[in-house]
Amino acid sequence: MKNRLALVFALVVGLSVSAPLFAHHGGATMYDSRTVTLKGTVDTWYWANPHCLLKFNVKGDDGQVVPWIVETQAPNTIYPHGFRKDSFKPGDVVTITLRPTKNGKPNGALLRAVLPDGTELVWER
Amino acid sequence: MLSRWLVVMSLLCAAFTLPVKSSAQQRSPAVKDWPGTDPTRSTADKGKPIPVHDLSGLWSGLWGSRLGGQAGGVQLHPNNGKPENEPPYTPYGLQLYKSHKPLEGKDQVAPAENNDPRTKCEPLGFPHANHYDLGVRIYQDKNNVAMLYQYNNTWRIIWTDGRSLPKLADGGVVVNGDEYREQRYFGYSVGKWIDDYTLEVHTIGTMPEDHVWLDNTGRPISDQTQVTETLKRVDYDTLEWSETIVDPKIYTKPWNTMKLDLALQDPRVDVLTRYCSPIEYQKYNSMFGDSASEK
Repeated sequence: MKNRLALVFALVVGLSVSAPLFAHHGGATMYDSRTVTLKGTVDTWYWANPHCLLKFNVKGDDGQVVPWIVETQAPNTIYPHGFRKDSFKPGDVVTITLRPTKNGKPNGALLRAVLPDGTELVWER
Repeated sequence: MLSRWLVVMSLLCAAFTLPVKSSAQQRSPAVKDWPGTDPTRSTADKGKPIPVHDLSGLWSGLWGSRLGGQAGGVQLHPNNGKPENEPPYTPYGLQLYKSHKPLEGKDQVAPAENNDPRTKCEPLGFPHANHYDLGVRIYQDKNNVAMLYQYNNTWRIIWTDGRSLPKLADGGVVVNGDEYREQRYFGYSVGKWIDDYTLEVHTIGTMPEDHVWLDNTGRPISDQTQVTETLKRVDYDTLEWSETIVDPKIYTKPWNTMKLDLALQDPRVDVLTRYCSPIEYQKYNSMFGDSASEK
């Protein structure tokens, strides 16, 4: 209930966010329209312009570990949505919903993240 | 039912007045000494008398008309493939456009493939600065109007003291009859009040086409361009900003690129900066952009 309320709150505030979109690049050529949800372990959370980046390792059914990296927006833009410089720590087990790149690489656009304590961070492109 | 409605309304009101923190952190009280931009500002002072010959204030193109972002191209003609939005290119202008690999618009490419000067942290220059997250703080005195653009902490001076517009010459401009001055990213601007609330501005002497673009979608602009703007304070808290481009090297005829309303903000608002860092771009590309762009 608490997390759902936080999500609603974040979405409502998102409609009135004061941070303008920093349009570094468009997404039409890069990203697939489908979404993928993965569970993995955080390696690095890079908090910087032009895009924040999250590296996390996903262990497949075959036991192989695949390093994924997803981007979101600049710190100023995602801060009102609850993201922080310390939102992700190395070793955190997180669930990431993303839009994968069309080239099949383990890259994508971060849409939402569920942190170890159940907190949801949402940035819908 | 009524009490549930009151709770919902209270939450919505709180959403517009309180800063947001992650739900994992405790919510702080409303920030009062560092106010942010206000989407309701455009209606707050409509009834006040319009000051004469005064454009001063913080104006945001991301509220009011909300069209100041212009990521998809100049406001009046976004680069979406529709025939009415195709610029009147000269053959050279079209050739130049096709050589551009932008990150936005109908011909956008992946990050590692782009050749947009702004991703090398080249200054946007003028008039491109009018077509990317437009927001400015205006100060003025009897001699000039100073515009501080929020993107990349840039600024521009419009002289209103009656001086003449320079003449284009040899890759630069000439002033005072025979004094040569270099090209500038924001050119040379002179303005005059054509009525109590409208400033007409002319700009010349901007950078050549290998340094700057017109917008994020790759439309070109040359150093032969002459830009005319009108800034009209239509009411106390609305600034109507129009722009027309004449660039005989790139476009066959004058081209209206912008007519949008900016909303006056609280003068105490601290505007977010958009500073371009070569180090950050390089790191982004090495960590993500190059891989995500591979075919």
